[in-house]
Amino acid sequence: MQFSFTSEQEEFRSVLRRFLEEKSPPSTVRRLMETEAGWERESWRELNQQLGLTAVHIPEVYGGQGFGPVELCIVLEEMGRALLCAPYFASTVLAATAIMQAGTEAQKRALLPDIAAGETIATLAFTEPNGRWDADGTEVSAQRAGGAFRLDGVKSFVLDGCTADVIVVTARGDAGLSFFTVPGDAAGLTRRSLRVMDPTRKQARLEFRGVEAELLGEEGGGVEPFARTMTLAAVGLANEMVGGAEKLRQSALDYANLRVQFGRAIASFQSMKHKQADMLVDVELAKSAAYCAASAAAEGDAELPAIASLAKACAAEAYMQTAIHTIQIHGGIGFTWDNDTHLWFKRAKSSEVFLGDPTYHRELMMRTWGA
Amino acid sequence: MSEATEAGVRAEVRTWLEANWNPDYGLVEWRNKLIDSGWGVPSWPKAWFGRELPMALEMVVEEEMQQIGAVSVAKTGIRRLAAATLLGHGSDDQKRRYLRRSLTGEDTWCQLFSEPGSGSDLAGATTRAEFKGNRWVINGQKVWTTSAHHADWGLLLARTDWDKPKHQGLSYFVLDIRQPGVEVRPLRQMNGYASFNQVFFTDAEVPPENLVGEVGRGWAVATTTLMHERRGADGISRWGKSSDRPGRVYEEERAENATVMEPYKWYPQRAGRVDLVVERAKATGRISDPVVRQEIAKLLILSKTAEWTARRARAAQMQGRPPGPEGSLGKLVGSHVARAAARVHTLITGADAMLSGDGAPMDGLIAEILVSVPAGSIAGGTDEIQRNIISERVLGMPKEPRTDNDRPFRDVPKNLVV
Repeated sequence: MQFSFTSEQEEFRSVLRRFLEEKSPPSTVRRLMETEAGWERESWRELNQQLGLTAVHIPEVYGGQGFGPVELCIVLEEMGRALLCAPYFASTVLAATAIMQAGTEAQKRALLPDIAAGETIATLAFTEPNGRWDADGTEVSAQRAGGAFRLDGVKSFVLDGCTADVIVVTARGDAGLSFFTVPGDAAGLTRRSLRVMDPTRKQARLEFRGVEAELLGEEGGGVEPFARTMTLAAVGLANEMVGGAEKLRQSALDYANLRVQFGRAIASFQSMKHKQADMLVDVELAKSAAYCAASAAAEGDAELPAIASLAKACAAEAYMQTAIHTIQIHGGIGFTWDNDTHLWFKRAKSSEVFLGDPTYHRELMMRTWGA
Repeated sequence: MSEATEAGVRAEVRTWLEANWNPDYGLVEWRNKLIDSGWGVPSWPKAWFGRELPMALEMVVEEEMQQIGAVSVAKTGIRRLAAATLLGHGSDDQKRRYLRRSLTGEDTWCQLFSEPGSGSDLAGATTRAEFKGNRWVINGQKVWTTSAHHADWGLLLARTDWDKPKHQGLSYFVLDIRQPGVEVRPLRQMNGYASFNQVFFTDAEVPPENLVGEVGRGWAVATTTLMHERRGADGISRWGKSSDRPGRVYEEERAENATVMEPYKWYPQRAGRVDLVVERAKATGRISDPVVRQEIAKLLILSKTAEWTARRARAAQMQGRPPGPEGSLGKLVGSHVARAAARVHTLITGADAMLSGDGAPMDGLIAEILVSVPAGSIAGGTDEIQRNIISERVLGMPKEPRTDNDRPFRDVPKNLVV
């Protein structure tokens, strides 16, 4: 495993950080989170045209940049830091990865270039109202109807599900679990926006009533590609989370240095200093986990599934704990709507649960390590 | 010499080792040869046995030595700290007298810093050194002195001026341990071992040429020792791993390690023995309990991420980057790992965790873990001091308010009971 970034990767990160600080300040986050879509086409295009971010990990033959999981994870860490409002996780991480893992060569050539270009927004609909994150939780049914398939059932917690142009769906048929694609405006598909705690990342409930769908990849061959997609998504989310955690840690430190009580900066109290030291430990350990997971993904490490779950669990605990400390350090102001901390707190909470909570991933880790 | 490259250094040391390494040497004989070649301590100055290579290239030299199985200079115990401190602050005469014999392992050292009344606050030392006639006379007591019972020399921090503020009244000496004014008594610990000593000075003597640095400047010298101690804090497990290969030099190294490492034999237990957890849980059947599985998983995550964080720090060092925060966390994280491991071992062991000795699980090893772990968060800088260091030096937060360094040391409140 790689334990450091190359100087090119560090340079990429700093360009990206400057770009996102400019394009996604908290004022923009607040404006976009109040909109129904939660993001804007125009700034999304910029993201792609200026930095090619929507194409970063998609191979060049499919119109991508051809970088790997490490570069993708740098992008995600910086987006998590900036709390960028965009369908990046849905389209570039979840959907593109699922297509790369499950699709046939012809389907990859047909679907990926537009996703890479940022022209098509895709998402992955895999979770259902039962809230399960494993393949066995899939109840949406796929029935053959002539040459095509028809989907029936309900998907929930679908990221950017109301705004996606293409929806990659997992469903169960006679042959077992398969992937399908459905256009966002398909007949028989009802999309309803969910009221979510984290308004910077919209979710939808999708109801399928005999929706015509195209099989993605092999019929009944969905279990393995689904597992690989979930593993890579967990790695990505872990890196996004450490970006947010680092941002919160720094903001708590800045505030403690500014805030004066009893005639002293509160940063001079040992209780604050020790808390900040503990926060640094939490965040740095989680970064190590997230970076190692990205590196393991890049190298195709045999232990990747265990390391991915480790990183997801570790980053989720660290992000949430950092968010709790950051509010505490801000005191009363930290509980107000006007203070920005709650924006990251809510992302921390929703990311803690999304793709499976730490308890779930710790158990997955134990099983994949044969314990 | 032009800028040394990794490939160049690798080739050069390899050629030298191929021509010179032979396991039939005596240990001291081989080490003298290694020291003379400049490959023993390649990051040291050329005037003192080195080649002035950057740290990253010193690691390359180490790799090549390991590759061929060559024994290194003596690095175990306090020798390493003594050598680094004297290299930085010693007079040429002191360097001539002590450096080579420390690197060959002929001389053994101990560190005489901590006192019953000054633990975290090392600069509060009250052991006194008074210049009488033609020598320094030492009176007082030190504690937590590893290896004092078989050391030749001690690195002594003592007070020479009670009217200056605390840090300015200290001086640093090399003290001959084997003299009538020094009494070494073992200190029994809560885990039953006696790896440390109490050292009592009653008119012990130090000749003037054994003052290191200037009178009253001992704190700066001690800081160098402590810096090297912290830097090596995670190195104990790598120390003293002897090769089991045949050859005179290996035999002598094994004998050296057996002596030097004796006080450290419970240190793996102090660190929590995470390596035993999964096997133990399988053996006891507790692995099927979902609560136990979660606790084991939390421990493994902590332990793995601690290891990866240390490797991030090393990778940054290898690339010659400025040390990031990840390099300052190891000691504190190690305490967390050890405590979590003790908790999980208890959970797995159940009622048997109340037993100790031969009849207890793993012949008492589990019990030894449980009663050794509390040392880790105290020795070498308590968790609380580590948090102060991290918050002040890494995060730049305000220093603790002090009432002890703006007045003569004799007026500073001290422990009534120790």
